[in-house]
Amino acid sequence: MSILTWARTHSPWLIHFNAGACNACDIEVVAILTPRFDVERFGALLKGSPRHADVMVVSGSVSRKIRDRLKRIYEQMPDPKFVVAVGSCAISGGVFQDCYNVMEGVDKIIPVDAYIPGCPPKPEAILDGVVKLLMSAGY
Amino acid sequence: MERDGGKTLSEREFIIPIGPQHPALKEPESFLFTVDGEVVVDVEPRIGYNHRGIEKAMESRNYIQNLYITERVCGICSNAHQTAYTGAVEEVGSIEIPERAKYIRVFMQELERIHSHLLWLGVAAHEIGFDTMFYYVWRDREVVMDLLEEVSGNRCNYAMATVGGVRRDLPRDKYPKWHKMLDKLAERTNYYIKVASTEKTILERAVGVGYLGKEDMIRLSGSGPNARSSGVPCDIRKLTPYLIYDEIPFKHIYVDNGDVLGQVLVRTLEVIEAVKICKWVLDKIPEGEIAVKFNPMQRLPEGEAVYLVEAQRGELIHYTISDGRNMPYRHKIRAPTLGNIPSLVERLKGGYIADIPITIAGIDPCFSCTDRMAFYDEGKDKTWTWTDVELSKYRKEWYSR
Repeated sequence: MSILTWARTHSPWLIHFNAGACNACDIEVVAILTPRFDVERFGALLKGSPRHADVMVVSGSVSRKIRDRLKRIYEQMPDPKFVVAVGSCAISGGVFQDCYNVMEGVDKIIPVDAYIPGCPPKPEAILDGVVKLLMSAGY
Repeated sequence: MERDGGKTLSEREFIIPIGPQHPALKEPESFLFTVDGEVVVDVEPRIGYNHRGIEKAMESRNYIQNLYITERVCGICSNAHQTAYTGAVEEVGSIEIPERAKYIRVFMQELERIHSHLLWLGVAAHEIGFDTMFYYVWRDREVVMDLLEEVSGNRCNYAMATVGGVRRDLPRDKYPKWHKMLDKLAERTNYYIKVASTEKTILERAVGVGYLGKEDMIRLSGSGPNARSSGVPCDIRKLTPYLIYDEIPFKHIYVDNGDVLGQVLVRTLEVIEAVKICKWVLDKIPEGEIAVKFNPMQRLPEGEAVYLVEAQRGELIHYTISDGRNMPYRHKIRAPTLGNIPSLVERLKGGYIADIPITIAGIDPCFSCTDRMAFYDEGKDKTWTWTDVELSKYRKEWYSR
């Protein structure tokens, strides 16, 4: 493992983007930062700016109005970058499939590296998804 | 400089756009702040980023399928939305639900209130930069999340209420354990009330921040803890009791502070009351059926109904019209945050830029509930928002054609 990969995979900084979610996934994403689940033991930190982040955690069924913003935020992230789609809505639109204002999935807009199913997924599942992503990146 | 609303700026003022992706905001919404130095002069909220087309979708799904979609209007107040939806549908169909189901619905509603208010307390502590308290509160919140998971099988989106009753029973042998968990929550919340009203770190950032008086609050039609923190007694559970709230002894909480501290106090004191209500329900719950049968293909008679629920953020209104089919002709949801936005704008004016996050977080905004309307031009592939001036102009043009 090169020193670059080692450094990157041991301090993945996250950015959380709500692309029209119902908040359930969002509170579970915040919950993984808190003492019981504590994502910081994998070196992950939640960051405010996309320019500081390596992993984008997207929740929600991507409404048409947020679509361009999602693309812009993704483009602002430095390479190498990863996207984690959290929840059924981010994967396929979930219960909002066939709604006129919904894009039905994050992967229609930007490439996605990990999918975490559930409505909402439990914090343990989100942690598992993040760790699996890090493993595939050479943790 | 010309703005959307047609206002012009003086030379000293300039505009800061915040959102839709911003570290201070957990949800996609956007605000245009006009600032003069450090002081906020004007605020223009822009909502609609979270519009999914729920009301339209409900018109093509039957009453049972709609349960799942109303629940996902908002993941934090999912049970409040379901209670309001099922209440409205049952009123149209004259369905009488069993007594035990009413108790279980109240139990879920109050557990959800505890979870939501503790979540808010943590987020508010985070917004004023007191991250230690954020971690403490969220650690203690896991107790109520465990309780919710034990009752319903899921941490958010519980799927408890159904048309005609509830889906799952509360097993009697678990009550002693749940009493203990509720006691723990009350004990910790009492500790946070003490911390919030004595700790200097919090008082410095909470007292006098985002102040709005009682008259202004009534004029701007705020609701929920936002209005009750300005001394307006407006709890729907007391004013127009639904389910069994008229039988339950609980205090009508409101304080006169009008600032962020008032909002902290109202919400934490409500957690204590909610714990009391939960314990009362566990003591008094009658035996019996939990649901009457409702067939997904069942048609409801023609009619309309309004159902009001005191959600965690305020007054939640569901209005349904049935035209005799097995799906609603129209279902309108009015979420509490929409009513709270005018008072939020007033709270922000005259404050400092640094106080923006806590003032916005102070009303516990929920934009996934609120975004019921957006404009989208399919041909040109563009979206936009309108101010009320533009909207009334459009209305005039439309009707003069």
